Amino acid sequence: MTTRYTKDHEWVRMEGDIATIGISAYAAEQLGDVVYAELPAVGASFKQGDDMAVVESAKTASDVYAPISGEIVEANAEIAGENWQIINDAPQAGGWFVKVKPSNHGELDALMDEAAYADYVKGL
Amino acid sequence: MKIETTSGNRGLLQAEPLIFDTGHATATGVDLPEPKNTTNQFGGLARKAALDLPGLSEPETMRHFVRLSQKNYAIDLGLFPLGSCTMKHNPRLNERVARFEGFADIHPLQPMSTIQGALELMDELAHWLMELTGMPAVALSPKAGAHGEFCGMLAIKAALAARGEGEKRKRVLVPSSAHGTNPATAVAAGFIVDEVPGTEDGRVDLEAFKAKLGPDVAAVMVTNPNTCGLFERDVKKIADLIHEAGGYFYCDGANYNAIVGRVRPGDLGVDAMHINLHKTFSTPHGGGGPGAGPTVLSAALAPFAPVPHIVKRGGAREFREHTAGTQAFGRMCAFHGQMGMFTRALTYMLSHGSDGLRQVAEDAVLNANYLLARLKPHFNAPFGGPKNEHLPCMHEALLDDSSIKPKGVETIDMAKALLDEGYHPFTTYFPLVVHGAMLIEPTETEPKRELDRFADVMIALAERVNAGDVEFFKQAPILAPMRRLDDTRAARQPKLRWKRGENGADATKHAAE
Repeated sequence: MTTRYTKDHEWVRMEGDIATIGISAYAAEQLGDVVYAELPAVGASFKQGDDMAVVESAKTASDVYAPISGEIVEANAEIAGENWQIINDAPQAGGWFVKVKPSNHGELDALMDEAAYADYVKGL
Repeated sequence: MKIETTSGNRGLLQAEPLIFDTGHATATGVDLPEPKNTTNQFGGLARKAALDLPGLSEPETMRHFVRLSQKNYAIDLGLFPLGSCTMKHNPRLNERVARFEGFADIHPLQPMSTIQGALELMDELAHWLMELTGMPAVALSPKAGAHGEFCGMLAIKAALAARGEGEKRKRVLVPSSAHGTNPATAVAAGFIVDEVPGTEDGRVDLEAFKAKLGPDVAAVMVTNPNTCGLFERDVKKIADLIHEAGGYFYCDGANYNAIVGRVRPGDLGVDAMHINLHKTFSTPHGGGGPGAGPTVLSAALAPFAPVPHIVKRGGAREFREHTAGTQAFGRMCAFHGQMGMFTRALTYMLSHGSDGLRQVAEDAVLNANYLLARLKPHFNAPFGGPKNEHLPCMHEALLDDSSIKPKGVETIDMAKALLDEGYHPFTTYFPLVVHGAMLIEPTETEPKRELDRFADVMIALAERVNAGDVEFFKQAPILAPMRRLDDTRAARQPKLRWKRGENGADATKHAAE
């Protein structure tokens, strides 16, 4: 169960045929305390790179892009219930954003793995 | 040093609780007799309980608001690093002219024969705006910058519809450094936003822009100079490319104050541009007055300009709702726009003249570059660093917190420390494309000694960071009426309404701390 990353700091983890998506620990750290997030509706479809969600902190607002194409099958109820803190506390665990049924598995392999992402972040 | 006084006041700085906490429901500043011979006509809708508004005497009310006003930072008090986005110096001559009764005491529905002077002033202002921008038409009525953007995008939408391409061209390209209002306007006007990335030196990525062009593109929205305080070098190419692709060029004219009198946006291929009168032409703004965002239009968009049009017939001028040969998309507001801003803006233009306006832009750019040059050795300048050492900025100096953050101090801490130093902070965390941005716009009216005074403070703060005095920044502000507020909690659990017994006591306590 490997986690893949995008240059825009989203992460994707496959479990069975469902991908869980969120923002990286680096992104959460850069944003600071999250004060708002908007998740897409279950059933919505996105192409890779589409604006999928919005996350806002006291400092800034940022789009979250779909790291892979697919259909939303679940949105995190914790976030929908306005528990923004969970995004800061556990961005790569309980603070996940959505679960997606991927439409193109090949896209996943082209994303960065843990080590490549760590290198990428170091260079920022 | 913590200052404790019994009153909670600090010299002339008066502690002031919320008006709801000092007023009494039974007190009142006015004393009117009970109305006689009235019947209740509310049906079942009469209020069941008292409104619970605070009652104060007139002097108490005066004191409350004067005390609050003394907590304000103002452009008339000192250098204001937020710059013209909020407000630049409002010359007093503007205020005098705006109060002339022929301009101030008229009604928009008054017979036109009785407001010829006001119409002439509007016509003259329109002439100047078109002349300065090199554009053949202008809509004066938009009531703010974003309203002007909306006007421009509606004109583009109308032009596309007239070409039969309204349904086909839905995509609007917006650079990542854009003001937030640009994508918001595009969406409000019914378009879909597609973001164009920027280059490492803070400009629109021309290659990425080219790649996004296509038969479904309606327009591109570019701010020039952009939000990083830089001139878009490729602006002419961007205009040519969007035109070749069949789209229109919307220019966000928020930063026109950096180029007024020097560059005519019409010559750059702009199709529509709003002008924030407060930014370029010194009208009051923010809490100080209503906005105005006249929008200039190219020949291609001019037929779609909103009504009313001001036309000359015989020796007189009139508002016209229908002009032959035009296809106005509608109107932007009930009447004719912000008269009070028109008088001030034209006064500013006439008192400066064309050479004076050119000097406004030159001095604004010179002042920003002077600050950038003084501060660059002490802070990181994202687009003026080692790679672009001699790269000048336009009217805004952009720094970031990357050199101080590893030492434990970030942009927000610098901003709070400036409060203790008696300055309003600069723009923080914008533009979004720069992490920890500190955007400083001194404007053209600051003399060198004021710029130096501000730069000395900034440099002393940088030295304090280098000396490791992080606690100073984390504690700041110490001298402000309120200490550091909990932004996160305010955003997560906003209390938008005062309720008796809930938050009054807290506020008073903090004010006294």
